[in-house]
Amino acid sequence: MLRLANPARFMRVSGAILPWCAGATAIFLAAGLVLALFVAPPDYQQGEAVRIMYVHVPAAYMASLVYAFLALASAVALIWRHPLADIAAQEAAPLGAGFTAICLVSGSLWGEPMWGTWWVWDARLTSVLVLFFLYLGYIALIHAFDDPARGARSGAILALVGIVNLPIIKFSVDWWSTLHQPASIMRLGGPTIDPSMLWPLLVMAIGFTLFFVTLLLVRMRSRLLAAKIRALRLAVG
Amino acid sequence: MSGISAFVAMGGYAEYVWPAFAVAVAVMAALLVSSLAGYRRNRRELRRLEGTDPS
Repeated sequence: MLRLANPARFMRVSGAILPWCAGATAIFLAAGLVLALFVAPPDYQQGEAVRIMYVHVPAAYMASLVYAFLALASAVALIWRHPLADIAAQEAAPLGAGFTAICLVSGSLWGEPMWGTWWVWDARLTSVLVLFFLYLGYIALIHAFDDPARGARSGAILALVGIVNLPIIKFSVDWWSTLHQPASIMRLGGPTIDPSMLWPLLVMAIGFTLFFVTLLLVRMRSRLLAAKIRALRLAVG
Repeated sequence: MSGISAFVAMGGYAEYVWPAFAVAVAVMAALLVSSLAGYRRNRRELRRLEGTDPS
């Protein structure tokens, strides 16, 4: 990781892997969509409504994964003061906020027919809503200072404080009573979900992950180009 | 009911299933378009600046 953390080398390596990431993203998302809508069976209790799972669960997993990445990059930025780490964290944030929004809306659309309500203020739903506001707060904070370095530092500290929310999200369904079902995939003793549903879900989750990696690379490259443009403008005067 | 209309009906859950997929597609498409637009703009601008670079 740290050997890549040189802007020139990052541009070279990311430029080489970007087309592969983009192609793999397209293949996995297309396959995931076909599997989710046509191949996966309806649930014996939920009927066709279970197909919302193939959007909701990957989005929920990405919401937490991207936040973990954001916090890790923030820690690297604070400790080693590496500008690429700040850029990585800042460019991941809008993507994470997008996944969290998908998770919340699809969850609401799943809750209404299955639980009879769009929303409950229980621990799982509330902690994911907090995650969404952490992303928005982080984005607002990094732009709130005239000095971008101070904005980056403040954002990084917020990102690290906010990481306490991640275990709360994960274990909220075990610690407090909730309408939300407990973990059925990432649990000790293996998944309890049927393979005919697990496979479409995994393909979709890989597609979401690749989508994040691809867009993160594009956005980080864009930021480095912007820095070069600023330097050139200063040099030309 | 024909195959297509049965598919669209989603066993009576159409009004929940389709918006869920639509929101995911809309949000991800918006992220894709805005990320690519910024990248292309910066690449064009950099090429322009480097083309006029006197050094």
